[in-house]
Amino acid sequence: MPDDRPAASNYRYISQPRRTKEDKRFITGRGAFVQDVQLAHTKHIALVASPYPRANILSIDTSAALAMDGVLDVITGAELTEHTDRLYHGVDLPNVRWHPLAVDMTRYAGEWVAAVIADSRYIAEDAAELVAVEYEPLDAAIGIERVMEPDAPLVHPDHGSNILLKKKFVWGAVDDDFAAAEHTISYRARWGRSSAVPIETFGVITRWSEKDEVLEVWASIQMPQYQEQIADALRIPLNAVRVHNYIDVGGSYGVKRGIKQTVLSGYAARKLGCPVRLIEDRIDNMSGGDAHGPDRLFDVTLAYNGDGLIRSMKMRVVDDVGAYPGRSIQQLGKPISALCGPYRMSSIEYDVTSVTSNKTSQVAVRGFGQAPTNFALETGVEKIARRLGLDRTEIRRRNFIRHDEFPWKIPSGTAYDSGDYHTVLDKAMRFAGWDALIAQRDAARAEGRLVGLGIATCLEPGGGNNIFEHLLNEKIQITTFVESALLKIDGQGQVTVAISTHTAGQGHQTLAATVAGEELERDPDGIRVVHLDSLEALPTRGPVASRMAIMLGSAVSKAARRLRNRMIHIAAHDLAVADTEVEYADGEFTVRGDPARKRSWLEIVFIAHRQLHRMPPDTEPGLQTIEVHAVPGGGKLPNEKGEVQIYPCFSFQAHIPLVEIDRVTGQVEILDYAVAHDCGTVINPKIVRGMMMGGIGHGIGAALYEKFDYTEDGQLLSGTFLDYLLPSAHEIPDIRDTEHCTPSPLTSHGQKGSGEGGYLGAPAALASAVNDALEPLDISLTELPMRLADIEAALHTHANPVPETAP
Amino acid sequence: MIATIDIEFTVNGKPVRISVPPRMTLVDCLRDMLGLTGSHIGCEHGVCGACSVMLDRVPIRSCLMFAVQADGAAVTTVEGLEGPDGKLSPLQEAFWDCHAMQCGYCTPGMLVAAQGLLDENPTPTSAEIREAISSNLCRCTGYQQIVEAIQLAAQRMNEGVDHA
Repeated sequence: MPDDRPAASNYRYISQPRRTKEDKRFITGRGAFVQDVQLAHTKHIALVASPYPRANILSIDTSAALAMDGVLDVITGAELTEHTDRLYHGVDLPNVRWHPLAVDMTRYAGEWVAAVIADSRYIAEDAAELVAVEYEPLDAAIGIERVMEPDAPLVHPDHGSNILLKKKFVWGAVDDDFAAAEHTISYRARWGRSSAVPIETFGVITRWSEKDEVLEVWASIQMPQYQEQIADALRIPLNAVRVHNYIDVGGSYGVKRGIKQTVLSGYAARKLGCPVRLIEDRIDNMSGGDAHGPDRLFDVTLAYNGDGLIRSMKMRVVDDVGAYPGRSIQQLGKPISALCGPYRMSSIEYDVTSVTSNKTSQVAVRGFGQAPTNFALETGVEKIARRLGLDRTEIRRRNFIRHDEFPWKIPSGTAYDSGDYHTVLDKAMRFAGWDALIAQRDAARAEGRLVGLGIATCLEPGGGNNIFEHLLNEKIQITTFVESALLKIDGQGQVTVAISTHTAGQGHQTLAATVAGEELERDPDGIRVVHLDSLEALPTRGPVASRMAIMLGSAVSKAARRLRNRMIHIAAHDLAVADTEVEYADGEFTVRGDPARKRSWLEIVFIAHRQLHRMPPDTEPGLQTIEVHAVPGGGKLPNEKGEVQIYPCFSFQAHIPLVEIDRVTGQVEILDYAVAHDCGTVINPKIVRGMMMGGIGHGIGAALYEKFDYTEDGQLLSGTFLDYLLPSAHEIPDIRDTEHCTPSPLTSHGQKGSGEGGYLGAPAALASAVNDALEPLDISLTELPMRLADIEAALHTHANPVPETAP
Repeated sequence: MIATIDIEFTVNGKPVRISVPPRMTLVDCLRDMLGLTGSHIGCEHGVCGACSVMLDRVPIRSCLMFAVQADGAAVTTVEGLEGPDGKLSPLQEAFWDCHAMQCGYCTPGMLVAAQGLLDENPTPTSAEIREAISSNLCRCTGYQQIVEAIQLAAQRMNEGVDHA
């Protein structure tokens, strides 16, 4: 078999299974999480939450709380709104006002109504119980279809409707393609409300520095416009906010947005003149924090021919974003980057509706809307295969874009950079042992067991230029999402890379050091990587959109190559030869063909820093450079047909799980799980593998266990870890993985994104497996999660069909 | 003000005498009073295991226990897993080698759970490892590289014994 990753052998550090730079501090308990920050005289916030999903706030009596020893202040929504500006939404909604604390009306059970600030968290929580809020409970708007009915209660009465956004896009000749197709199939798919749920809740500590007139912020954050939005809401300039980016973030996967928490904390810190700490407890987090993910209803129609070729798709999607949309509405936009997945469709209609409800607000979750979309798409592919009696892998093969067709432009105008979907699927099937798994399934079926083999593929868009925002809000004219690196070689020849964002487990220090080490031929273990705070930082949008290998990797590479060339230039000048005559290798600059004439790394460093008389006349002293990297490709707003390049790089995975369903309980056990992934050149294989495995684990949760359940009147039923079930090492099996490398032509070393793919593929693959297991019973499920009780109910209904009534 | 209670216990082998409010949890005492911030707070209702520490060599949830209940006990936190010379334990080395973490937040608790397993059972099967660490939630890794790290640590520790 050919070498899976021929590129790996060409590198010294890239693609090598090296230890990461970050792990040592975590295994010794020396991580620096926000809760570990100890500032003198810090005060603590406890939150008062609404027990009602929708209620008028008639009065708030804070006197008993304020009378307690150790209580400094109680802040209400009315006070905060007077001194801070409303928070930002991803689309224009002038009459949907969002503030950190509820004003006049509560809009979900768990919404924060007041904040108590006290000497300790213990005292603050005692006092929070003494804040007396008088409510007038109102009927709640709950249910994704119910909230759109004309008589539904209005979540934001001033907005006049629960529909926040409605748009329809048509790319290509949809009507003609539907008319020409031999068949159509329509189906509904439902993605339940689940989320990322990091083990660390969100936390923030702020301190107003009177000396500098700067708000200092330590936060567990992953949010591209964090400091901008804080500054706007607090009515201070952006350069009066200093976010300390060295803080380790205890997981995020998109959700750690932290705007309202930071505005509240920052306001209190400035008002009270002391550091103020807001650490969400688990209840705060799951009912009132940045907690919930997409909650979607899909109605899809596919037009296809008898040979299984899909010609066109009409996808209608409704997304329940909860009470305050924030940026989450835009999660309907990102999937436009890969709406047709890896398949060759010639036209697409995409009809999106975003609705508000009296549920906890939606935030960004891993994939930014792509996992539900991929589940909806793959559900249709499976349905067509069944209807035509075509093998589920064969229909994919027939529809896949071919390796020699890249760059391939999809109907919405985005060109996929590279891929080899047929090879990766073949590799996944060989590696999984597809035929043997089929035989195993069939033997189990013959014994009457419900065993199913699943298959799903997914595309992972990476890089993030966020041009999709313009499609949902024409006022947003963003056409790139930059990332920067500052590289310097100090007077002793040591290399330091400065990056401008937080890290939440993605290994950016390892990434930056590995790429810098590769380019400079220096051991990455000796390269220091520091996180600049937001006042020192260079332009950045941070670690979202599976983008840091693509963006930070390419930025570091360019900066390092520039320094390497500058050192060659200095050496050539000192050796009195042309630059092209000098070769650099292993820390030595040698005249080509004359190995005796050379300069060492340290000699060039010394010349650059101290010896102007030996420097080329056109060269800046010292060895430092900045690279601000724009997202490759794109850079343009949509054309008149609405076509646009969204995201540059597209990774691919194929997932093959084998499951067994307990006929009595409906419990799904994963018997085997194999996956093949292709994210181009891998910078650190341990990190990439870990993110894929973790994404699959996250996807197993979304497919089989996790849901924020609500009663019909709007109470959250799963707001703790006792009822919102995160999969443990029991539920997630050993996963077998193999890989393939189709380099991207758009990045420094051919790398693509890898943080999301596991989560994009696993839910669709498990739905496929469950439906395969249920096929002998003619049961088909298209709603996630497929929990034990959901499957048990379907089995029960099948075994005890409702008797037909006489006509 | 609430009266405090004097307690004595050892933490990572060192004797500690401290006066704590009776309702202070052990994890808050370790983190806020003793400065041992390696033990993390994830759920405060005993499910996630991020706050796991050893109490008399048995992994427990330090969020579900009051500090006063540790009076007279021997507590080991992640900071106590290293050797006295600062040398990483075989389990810590294996976690690093396998990259058995991403964000690092569950890692201290996971190390405590795994160390508790290896102390009891030096040759665990993969299923026994999964059983033991099912007490602790990790959201980053899908557990795969954690299971592999514990297997590697067990293998190295057993080889070390064999070679001695």
